[in-house]
Amino acid sequence: MTEKLAHTPAGAPVRGPRALIYDLGAPESSCVLAPDLDVPAVQLDAVLGGTARVTAPRLPHVTELEIMRHYSHLADMNFGVDSGLYPLGSCTMKYNPRINEDACRLEGFAGLHPLQPADTIQGALELMHGLQDALAQVSGLPGVSLQPAAGAHGELTALMVFRAAHTGAGDPRRKVVIPDSAHGTNPASVSMCGYETVTIPSGEDGMVDLDALRDALDTDVAAFMLTNPNTVGLFDSQILEITRTVHDVGAYAYCDGANMNAILGKTRPGDMGFDALHINLHKTFSTPHGGGGPGSGPVCVTEGLARYLPAPVVRRGIEGEPAYVPHTPEASIGAVRSFWGNFGVLVRAYAYVRALGGEGLTEVAEQAVLSANYLKERLKGAFDLPFDRVCMHEFVLSGASLRREYGVRTLDVAKRLLDYGFHPPTVYFPLIVEEALMIEPTETEPLDALDAFADALIAIAGEAATSPDMLHDAPYTTPVRRLDEARAARDPVLRWRPRE
Amino acid sequence: MLRAVGVSEVDELFADVPAGARLESALDLPSGMGEIELTTHLRALASRNVAATSIVSFAGAGCYDHHIPSVVDHVLRRPEFFTAYTPYQPEVSQGTLQAIFEYQTGICELTGMDVSNASMYDGATALAEASFMAARVTKRHKVVVSGAIHPGWLTVLRTYAAAGVIEPVIIEPVQGLTPIEAVTAAVADAAAVVVASPNFTGSIEDLAGPGAAAHDAGALYVVASNPILLGVMEPPASFGADIVVGEGQSLGNAMSLGGPGLGFFACRQQFVRQMPGRLVGRTVDVDGNDAYVLTLATREQHIRREKATSNICSNHALNALAAGAYLAAVGVEGLSGIARSCVAKAHYLREELLKTERFSAPWDALFGYEFALRFDGDVDSMRRELFERGYLAGVDAGELDARYDGLVLFAVTEKRTRAQIDAFVAEVSSL
Amino acid sequence: MYPSDLKYHKEHEWVRVEGDVAVVGISHFAQDQLGEVVYVDLPAEGDEVAVDETFGEIESVKSVSELYAPVSGEVVAVNDALDDTPETVNSDPYGAGWMIKVKMSNASEADALMSAEDYEAFVSE
Repeated sequence: MTEKLAHTPAGAPVRGPRALIYDLGAPESSCVLAPDLDVPAVQLDAVLGGTARVTAPRLPHVTELEIMRHYSHLADMNFGVDSGLYPLGSCTMKYNPRINEDACRLEGFAGLHPLQPADTIQGALELMHGLQDALAQVSGLPGVSLQPAAGAHGELTALMVFRAAHTGAGDPRRKVVIPDSAHGTNPASVSMCGYETVTIPSGEDGMVDLDALRDALDTDVAAFMLTNPNTVGLFDSQILEITRTVHDVGAYAYCDGANMNAILGKTRPGDMGFDALHINLHKTFSTPHGGGGPGSGPVCVTEGLARYLPAPVVRRGIEGEPAYVPHTPEASIGAVRSFWGNFGVLVRAYAYVRALGGEGLTEVAEQAVLSANYLKERLKGAFDLPFDRVCMHEFVLSGASLRREYGVRTLDVAKRLLDYGFHPPTVYFPLIVEEALMIEPTETEPLDALDAFADALIAIAGEAATSPDMLHDAPYTTPVRRLDEARAARDPVLRWRPRE
Repeated sequence: MLRAVGVSEVDELFADVPAGARLESALDLPSGMGEIELTTHLRALASRNVAATSIVSFAGAGCYDHHIPSVVDHVLRRPEFFTAYTPYQPEVSQGTLQAIFEYQTGICELTGMDVSNASMYDGATALAEASFMAARVTKRHKVVVSGAIHPGWLTVLRTYAAAGVIEPVIIEPVQGLTPIEAVTAAVADAAAVVVASPNFTGSIEDLAGPGAAAHDAGALYVVASNPILLGVMEPPASFGADIVVGEGQSLGNAMSLGGPGLGFFACRQQFVRQMPGRLVGRTVDVDGNDAYVLTLATREQHIRREKATSNICSNHALNALAAGAYLAAVGVEGLSGIARSCVAKAHYLREELLKTERFSAPWDALFGYEFALRFDGDVDSMRRELFERGYLAGVDAGELDARYDGLVLFAVTEKRTRAQIDAFVAEVSSL
Repeated sequence: MYPSDLKYHKEHEWVRVEGDVAVVGISHFAQDQLGEVVYVDLPAEGDEVAVDETFGEIESVKSVSELYAPVSGEVVAVNDALDDTPETVNSDPYGAGWMIKVKMSNASEADALMSAEDYEAFVSE
């Protein structure tokens, strides 16, 4: 314990591990029970036949107080954007405005059943139509589906749209080309959509290698998937030539929209020549990440591809119809999930768009890019900077020198940042940079938070020189310390079981 | 900041954007709003909807109006949960990780299965993922699917199948149930047999027959369940299920126009390495404390890329948190009481509606808390008329699939009272 | 680190020839690169393996690698103990960490593999 305290910059008390809720409470405890039955009771054996349950499930038996104490303790062991700067590259951990949280809980939104008649949900349809319009505007791609539940789901949807379009034109294709710097979801979506992945190497500057792309393209290629700005935080200035080259073989150009935050109002994927894009509302449009979801991954496509989008989309009503109605595009691929999509997330994103307006969204991109460049300038002396040039909303540092000179790895730096009260950046991605730290501060962090983060990283680089062993064992001040992850994977324990 | 960066204006930072791709005009969007104006605007939009929860609703069909204990939303509103990312840094994510571990436990207890993942997008996608997993495990393509499952889920399955990785064979229902003879006839070389119980029209299927047929043919058995009913229904594991999926919205999540809810996904231990989605496991830290961590990640897209078990990169963690808090709030007694209440009220409503003679029974099958009746008039105008009187008169099943033309699907949750049911039946009689 | 009685494949598998049977595992270098091994997926007895083609997979916490057959033939034994104790691949890669035994269909394939000396030079490049 003394050693822990010696290394505690903040010195804040920390809440340690907590028993599982399944091991709490007294057997007779309960919180919310069913109402007294006011209709004739039924004999379950008679009603359910042989399917009536013989052995009851084992569920927690706790009071409401115990539930709140339990989850308060768990919350105390968690770190969110509200806890401190959360500079995860490619994840856009911006502040989640609280009015959005209130809006999605309004009964007129939260209490809607998905199969209500359209004329009883006109406000919801107007909201979705407004969001479709806004996403079409920022993407430069007029066809929008709000149905996909996440970015990877949006990617898959777009690939399904490409497949339908090629097949519909009597030109079925088998391959999809991606760069080696792509997110893992890209090739995984390719496989789920029945295509074969062809990976091409990136250029040394992290940009698309046009010659490698030309070599990989032929008339059996359905699409090229690209993240732009790319995964090292740079805008690929050859973009117009890239998309033209892809179109030359009759393939579609797909934009992974993970990094949209950098370009809102400055440039649009549709204007770059992309045919389809997914937008992560939980990144660019401020909806909370929720500890891993729910997200939302709307897909935007060209006018020509809009007829293949999953149903329903919202369109304006024509004569005799309500103002807004659900619509099935004429050659729709079907549906990629139930109902309308993650509507509660759409409400939050819509509120964000209306709060900022077009001008505000453009300022988001400008501030996000400026903040990233500011941090990059502050940190480039303390760490290696593989791409020493203007970046977009994020940049990549390398801990290669720290590793070589002091034996301190990027993982150690990341864990030590936790002691300083910051969430670490994305580490070891992209794969093309050794000992990578990928930093995305977002536009919502104030200058003093950026400075404090830079000070911490610089201090840790100093500690690497003076006390590398201390860094190997960091963190010291967190609710738990480094875990034995190999043990978890070798002998998986994936659920509670009652004590013998 | 500009000076520190070495530029004189912010536009210089966007110099890499080629001229042909630059947006020269401002975004064509409405101006921003202050908080007061925005609040007014959002409330006005919300008020242009009639929430099912603000009237008396008998609508279900995959999204249910169950009571949500107050404590659930108070848990969800802790910002350390909802403003956090995926728990990739376990030292500062024990809250999310432990909550998911507890959620996984709850799903295993309800379904009787060995392992549950950390949740998926919804029930329909969980079912599609189960079919893909069965194809992977068996190295086969054909998936024999009960045509009595939710038409929307069938659409999602067909959409996912269009790429050719799986080939669904749909078994036409007879009298609202899946005929076992047809399953047996189709099962040769199948990767999976897929059945929902209760099915779309609320009927309880014989689960033992299709399971035996699946296993005789070397196929996996996939069952879709209703999590509330699992409080009183024998878990699918007892009937030989290899994978159990379902929509988990009912467990403490608002209907919210059908999303976000969550898809639950559980399977037998032997298939755990073929499972899609995140998993949380228990281990210890360097001080020997119990701790939780994402595990078996080599199945996932960020490591295995094109050979991953799925492209999924998120889970519905916040909805799973709600589900975990819900199960804690109701406990075993509450859950079985809620299920009994739903079942009793649904049976009462059905009897009373049949007495009006405006409805007739299309078949005589066992059911839980949802059932289909045939209306002796125009379904749409009947629903509109009753809506005017403050009732959401079920779901027009024919709107989802022409196979069900003329059928109305009623769901009755524990929130409905006898007085509401009696008043509704009186309105039906007066039509 | 690289026993001289073994032969080595360029994908870092080793072979110990015992008559017409080849015992196969992965080298010290490979286990060190992988880090803590958590799972090994091996073929079944009776399966055929072909030289330079994959016969299984090996996983650490955050990586997965394919295992390549250094020789062709029929799998006559599988080290099932690795199911419960995959970490043996780290602690004893040339002994208890062996993976499969292959009845070779072409003994010259083993002769063509690298010697310990050549392999050590190969991995230090």
